[in-house]
Amino acid sequence: AGPGTMAEPGAAASGGRSSAADWGGFEDNVQGGGSAVIDMENMDDTSGSSFEDMGEMHQRMKEEEEEEAAEGEAGAAEEEDGEFLGMKGLRGQLGRQVADQMWQVGKRQASRAFSLYANIDILRPYFDVEPVQVRARLLESMIPVKMINFPQKIAGELYGPLMLVFTLVAILLHGMKTSDTIIREGTLMGTAIGTCFGYWLGVSSFIYFLAYLCNAQITMVQMLSLLGYGLFGHCITLFVTYNIHFHSLFYVFWLGVGGLSTLRMVAVLVSRTVGHTQRLVLCGTLAALHMLFLLYLHFAYHKVVEGILDTLEGPNMPPFQRVARDIPVVSNAVLNATAKAVALNL
Amino acid sequence: FAGLADVSISEDIPVEGEITVPVGSRSPDEDYSTLDEPVRDTIMRDLKAVGKKFVHVMYPKKSSALLRDWDLWGPLVLCVSLALMLQGGSADSKDDGGPQFAEVFVIIWFGAVVITLNSKLLGGTISFFQSLCVLGYCVLPLTVAMLVCRLVLLAGSGTVSFIIRLIVVVAMFGWSTLASTAFLADSQPPNRKALVVYPIFLFYFVISWMILTFTPQ
Repeated sequence: AGPGTMAEPGAAASGGRSSAADWGGFEDNVQGGGSAVIDMENMDDTSGSSFEDMGEMHQRMKEEEEEEAAEGEAGAAEEEDGEFLGMKGLRGQLGRQVADQMWQVGKRQASRAFSLYANIDILRPYFDVEPVQVRARLLESMIPVKMINFPQKIAGELYGPLMLVFTLVAILLHGMKTSDTIIREGTLMGTAIGTCFGYWLGVSSFIYFLAYLCNAQITMVQMLSLLGYGLFGHCITLFVTYNIHFHSLFYVFWLGVGGLSTLRMVAVLVSRTVGHTQRLVLCGTLAALHMLFLLYLHFAYHKVVEGILDTLEGPNMPPFQRVARDIPVVSNAVLNATAKAVALNL
Repeated sequence: FAGLADVSISEDIPVEGEITVPVGSRSPDEDYSTLDEPVRDTIMRDLKAVGKKFVHVMYPKKSSALLRDWDLWGPLVLCVSLALMLQGGSADSKDDGGPQFAEVFVIIWFGAVVITLNSKLLGGTISFFQSLCVLGYCVLPLTVAMLVCRLVLLAGSGTVSFIIRLIVVVAMFGWSTLASTAFLADSQPPNRKALVVYPIFLFYFVISWMILTFTPQ
């Protein structure tokens, strides 16, 4: 039964934390069902010696097998049966032991490789936060620091930034809904996720590279964290302006809220860089990218939507997105032609 | 004892079996004439397990049945049915069938994986598949909401139907979030519950958004 067998690995995986001790005990209990002598030999866990023993026994087994095959045809049925059972009993047991040993070695190697590469514990220190800390950092991200002569501390934390990126994705999707234009749900969702994550990871890497060139004291995780918390301003702005559709309100929020979060990021970076040119280059780039991204998020999605609407609906333009146009000339010509036709008939 | 002299085992029936009783095996049926009985028993047992978990989700109490014997049949069925019901919507119906099904699938499963990783990184004691199981089963209220939305949309698609759909989807979204929180929050250290609940909230919000903005052609 499928679910039944699925329960097994689940139960085993849930004890994965103390895996070494548990697995060791389990191994000890399940040796091949042999005699005490063989068990004692296999209790030695350093695979070197017992493996050599196994190798020896395997070699002996093979030689016995060859002998047996040579004289197998000659023996009588019952005698062969009796001897056969005895030999097979011994050989079957040894075969099982060897197979068991190989399985254990393979499993040990696989679990070692798995724990080395797929270890999420590498990321664990970056998620070690309390809700109070997250709230404090969110509020701090809107307050520019005054002291730029002293390197400001940046918390290398990834929970807050990750949640902010996902929130930004959700707000973008919500913006699609409230602008009443649901075109290609799937494509827009992929675009939203790609845009937000691409911005966060891409711009962080780019600014980190620039920081390396400009000799700024910042690590990659700190940069990811700084930029991630800087997206808090973007989230607030977009959340408000997607629900209240005034362009002027958007500009106020863009300068105010966006500007505040940019100022904070810039101030922190300035405090960690020496030299005027370097400071200018680094902070100018970051400020430009951050502000332009907010502008892009507000306008580009409307444009994307408009563009798709154009291709779909042809001459039928939705009134709120187009300037009022004159009645096309076609109808005039039709009117004239009809009038002429009517006049002819009369 | 005289009657027993007639009893004999014919020689062409192999006598086989295991002397040691294996753990957890089912005893074979006595009735060998209907060979499809055991298969039906198996399927019914699995269906009953899935059904019991559905009941646990609809009436979320703090029970560990959902966590103890986890399975992924229920989430798969729910995910596929939700993705099928979300087909055929949106303005241009030319080639939107394919991507929508895949998008829903990918969003649900990757969203669940991300939430599970997040809860593990925050120090949760729940295992990977147990968390996937809970998050998948708690999509049930939203699937019910999708069904209701489709029925409402059959009647008409005006403002009234939108309000009805909005209320239903919001209620089911709240139910989903509460149900999954009831199961998952216990496995976290007590002061970090909010950190785990928030991504679950976002996840079900995105699914609710997909359901609410569904407009059939």
